[in-house]
Amino acid sequence: MKRLKKSRISPQHVIGLCTILILFYLWWYVTDREYIKAMFLPSPRQVWETFKVICTEGYKGNTLGGHMLVSMKRLVIAMFFAIITAIPFGLACGYFKNVKAIFEPILAFYRPLPPLAYYSLLVLWLGIDDSSKITLLFLAGFSPIYISCMASISRVKEDYIYGSYSMGASRFQTFLHVILPSALPDIFIGLRNALSGTYRTLVAAEMVAAVSGIGWMVVDAGDYLRSDVIFVGIIVMGITGLILENGILWIEKKIVPWKGKE
Amino acid sequence: MNNLEHSTDLEKRNVISVKNLNLCYGDNGNGVMALENINLEINEGDFVCVLGPSGCGKSTFLKILAGFLFPTSGKATLDGKEIKKPDSSRGVVFQTPNLYPWMNIEKNVTYGPRMRKVPKEIIRQLSDQYLRQVGLSEFKKQKTYELSGGMKQRAALAKVLVNDPRIILMDEPFGALDALTRVNMQGLIRKIWKETGKTILLITHDVDEALQLGNRVIVFSKRPGTILKEFDVDFAERIQKKGDENEIIFESDYLDIKQKILEIINKQHDEIAEQALRIE
Repeated sequence: MKRLKKSRISPQHVIGLCTILILFYLWWYVTDREYIKAMFLPSPRQVWETFKVICTEGYKGNTLGGHMLVSMKRLVIAMFFAIITAIPFGLACGYFKNVKAIFEPILAFYRPLPPLAYYSLLVLWLGIDDSSKITLLFLAGFSPIYISCMASISRVKEDYIYGSYSMGASRFQTFLHVILPSALPDIFIGLRNALSGTYRTLVAAEMVAAVSGIGWMVVDAGDYLRSDVIFVGIIVMGITGLILENGILWIEKKIVPWKGKE
Repeated sequence: MNNLEHSTDLEKRNVISVKNLNLCYGDNGNGVMALENINLEINEGDFVCVLGPSGCGKSTFLKILAGFLFPTSGKATLDGKEIKKPDSSRGVVFQTPNLYPWMNIEKNVTYGPRMRKVPKEIIRQLSDQYLRQVGLSEFKKQKTYELSGGMKQRAALAKVLVNDPRIILMDEPFGALDALTRVNMQGLIRKIWKETGKTILLITHDVDEALQLGNRVIVFSKRPGTILKEFDVDFAERIQKKGDENEIIFESDYLDIKQKILEIINKQHDEIAEQALRIE
């Protein structure tokens, strides 16, 4: 029973890399020949120079690292609270029909609302500092986790639960050793959706009444037609998003190695 | 119970007793009758095989004995106490091996004793003993999804045996296995039954399986399920002695009983087909 060793670089990786290189070449080519004005599309070199400047000297009071740190702090705090509240809450609503009945009307109403719709209300209530932004991100992250946790309970195999009781396990033991682990793959789907949801909401949250953050930097640069700064911001956000998502995937593989292998 | 050929052995202790049991799905009155007037006594050391057409309610019957379902009327008792909810006195082997993929084989097998807070040394002893009995000693650290279907079902069997239940309930445990593995598993079950003297109730739709494993074969009718007939057989023992089921399956008494059972079942199938036609 030898495990086949998978090579880490597949042909698909090479193709993907080619796509990136071609796009990059086109970008360089059209800006080098000045087919498009630098104000609309800055050259790769210009973006790189701006990147270096923002990294060292900063953009309006904060370096790129500083802006990132501010944004990540908001994101991490919001995700932290979303995780510690939505997981138990979602599991409870999945497990106890009556608990679900109490809260479902509120959640069903707020779930489809675009976060920006109630953002002004949050600012009104909580002020213009971080707390309103974190609350907005929290609300954006809460419902995906809540929904998948709730759904995960109904997807636990009946035989798993029956089998556990027939082994002499109590209700609590069955929840801890059987229901919770079998809900984990679904919980992770919720976490991934929540992360991309909050990340997308981040820019919106920083558009209003902010003076720092990577989202704010991009919006502010737009006001001054600094497309090079916008480019730096977008590229940095894109890469950060990829890293965050793969981070969660990596954790998922460590915690749920049995996923899809039953 | 005059239609039963079974004679009660007074020396054996009664384990399961089922009296006038009915089960109706849905509301009383307009629901669907799944089981009708079931009466059954299972004694210590019995290996009861329940045979019947699919959809006859034999799995429902097992669920009631396990405590997963509650009868509409009548009752099922274990050692005189009414069965109300699942507990460790009745181990269940499901059609798909009931193993938790987040635990390795050893952790799965010792799940029951661990939950019941049995001392660690005893758990280790039990786990070694039963893993050896099902031939999985070398695989105890493996993940469940690294094992074949037959091995998984053997682990599931060990998981139940380790709990030392009063009765083992098996719901078509070999239905999902290939023919060769199934024969292999049947041999293992015969061996375990002989070695441990466990009381077993096994549900199957395979007449040969029932005849080659049990000492009592019970034939269920089509829905609503009732017990049509019971046969006392000793083929499992004879196979054990000869060491090969092929020497038994062509003997005249085996063929005779098999023929009788098939006639009963085929008659049921014909009636089901007629009903279907009438509904159309």
